[in-house]
Amino acid sequence: MKIKRVLRETFTSLSANKLRTGLTILGIVIGVAAVIAMLSVGQGAQNSITSSINSIGTNIVYISAGARARFSAGNFNSVRNIRQLTLADAQALMDPFQAPSVKAVAPVIQGGDISASANGQTTTTTVYGVTTSYFSIRNELVSEGAFFNDQQVNTHARVAVIGPDLATTLFGQTTNLTGQTIRINGQTFTIIGVLQSKGGSSAGSSDNQAIVPLTTARDRVVRRAGTTVDGVYIQATSAQAVSEANTQVSNIMRLRHHVAVRKEDFSVMSQQDLLTTATSITGILTAFLGGIAAISLLVGGIGIMNIMLVSVIERTREIGLRKALGARNRDIMIQFLVESSFLSLLGGLIGILLGWLISLIIGQIASASGTTLNPAVSLNAVLLATLFSAAVGLFFGIYPARRAARLEPVEALRYE
Amino acid sequence: MEDTVIRAEGLTKFYRMGEVEVQALRGLSLLVKRGEAVAIMGPSGSGKTTLMNILGCLDRPTSGEYILDGEKVSGLTDDQLAGIRNRKIGFVFQTFNLLQRTSALANVELPLSYANLPNDGRDRAVAALRAVGLESRMKHRPAELSGGEQQRVAIARALVNEPAILMADEPTGNLDSKVGQGIMDLLLSLNRERNTTLLIITHDPRIAAQTQRTIQIRDGLIEENIQ
Ligand SMILES: Nc1ncnc2c1ncn2[C@@H]1O[C@H](COP(=O)(O)OP(=O)(O)O)[C@@H](O)[C@H]1O
Ligand SMILES: [Mg+2]
Repeated sequence: MKIKRVLRETFTSLSANKLRTGLTILGIVIGVAAVIAMLSVGQGAQNSITSSINSIGTNIVYISAGARARFSAGNFNSVRNIRQLTLADAQALMDPFQAPSVKAVAPVIQGGDISASANGQTTTTTVYGVTTSYFSIRNELVSEGAFFNDQQVNTHARVAVIGPDLATTLFGQTTNLTGQTIRINGQTFTIIGVLQSKGGSSAGSSDNQAIVPLTTARDRVVRRAGTTVDGVYIQATSAQAVSEANTQVSNIMRLRHHVAVRKEDFSVMSQQDLLTTATSITGILTAFLGGIAAISLLVGGIGIMNIMLVSVIERTREIGLRKALGARNRDIMIQFLVESSFLSLLGGLIGILLGWLISLIIGQIASASGTTLNPAVSLNAVLLATLFSAAVGLFFGIYPARRAARLEPVEALRYE
Repeated sequence: MEDTVIRAEGLTKFYRMGEVEVQALRGLSLLVKRGEAVAIMGPSGSGKTTLMNILGCLDRPTSGEYILDGEKVSGLTDDQLAGIRNRKIGFVFQTFNLLQRTSALANVELPLSYANLPNDGRDRAVAALRAVGLESRMKHRPAELSGGEQQRVAIARALVNEPAILMADEPTGNLDSKVGQGIMDLLLSLNRERNTTLLIITHDPRIAAQTQRTIQIRDGLIEENIQ
């Protein structure tokens, strides 16, 4: 039978019962839309996490106290006494002979949920106490004013550079703020600069923050004993040098803390590690959500099978007639398979559009609630959904089509 | 060209219904020459439809030999039988058996779907509809046609592949006698003008009287063969 004729017959038979065809397609539409929406939201989440990790800065390695979680009891016990990082540790990492791949080092202390008030407004923010090297390592830029200098750090100056979100919350603007006063943790600071926006997700938004000299922070905002710091940012000399820097830094720290390999009381995390972890987490999440969505696609496929079985019974006489007119088993088989595949493919295409629409809406809702999420409908997802839905139609169409093809012509013609 | 279109010898057809065995045909033999018009009569349940199904290659006999248009039918595969039905046989049913959802033309085109044609064969379908006098109604659906017109569409469908034999199982059974006579006239004229062999099952002696030969069947055997 010619393909054009098969398609024409498929079209007439499906349009003869539009409501039923529509409802059958709906199952696939919902399934495919769910798959597409989940995959694209997952992809969008991955993209925004990746970009916010990249916004940390370039070629960054971060050291913090305490072993990175390893899921074995032995390791867990071995780091009972966590030795804090100190300014001396940070200083040691600058050694050009032991750490030639390290370009810059920035010790930080930080505190979350710290009250900030100005202009009659009060809010909470994250405060970073840093040295001057921090700004270049983190790729921070100011939209107005300037960063503080070494002298201001040494003199415990009460100056602050604030993020644009904090500025907007307190002042309703991000301009003309230098020289204004802000109270952080009840202490008076003078604003000397406003950061450029980095965007990023609301969780850990880097735009709601205040950066003050490390010395001042330790005195007045986030108190730390002695020269303890919360972490040290290290910039490698190049992207290729990141893993060398990682090794060099680890070696120095092990020596200083007298710990053996795999018994570390500190952890070194490169941006690449973060990316890998984040990507694998969002990947698992996406696969999980996509998998659940795929189940609904399966349900849609069963719906197709159900309708095709009903259709075969209803059209028993037609099948008998077609056989009397010369249709071979294979012709009947093809006719029903094309019908079921067409149903699921059509459902798949509509589902792709709907899923794309849903992902746009999710993106809108997310950005309305302050999270940057641009769902990305990838070509792969579209191809996958198209192939998968066609396969669903074929697979669930096979059994009804075989039943149709195997009908005896005489029996089928006598069927009432 | 072979002069005998149907050569059947010793056809039997048994149906097992649990314990009992129904003998629908009991060793029936039949010869039909090309271009003949034959009426098959007999009481209900005598085996007329069973015989026509076997002669039309829709069903296989339990035993017996059947040579159709020079081709030995016993032992052919399902697909080969389908091909023979498509090329050599045109069926006309009592209940018309038209597809309701498509036009008269599409119904007539149906057998062409299963034939190996170089083109889409639309011209042949139109010609067949013209031959039954329904060229002007080809865009209509069956529901928009009268019973007689629907049976004409069915005849056009049976004709479209230019078969050697037309087989009609009580073609006028669902029509009133005047319309039925019109259908009969059409079938007989096709038989005369195209030399298409005509096999027609009927209950109506007036219809049977119009054919060259009438076969009476009783209990799966030919009782009478009136030339
Ligand atoms: N599929 C079948 N299964 C069982 N018995 C059948 C079947 N088809 C026909 N028969 C029986 O075979 C006999 C002949 O039937 P049929 O050829 O339809 O008679 P007619 O067409 O002359 O009325 C009847 O007794 C009928 O009940
Ligand atoms: Mg009968």
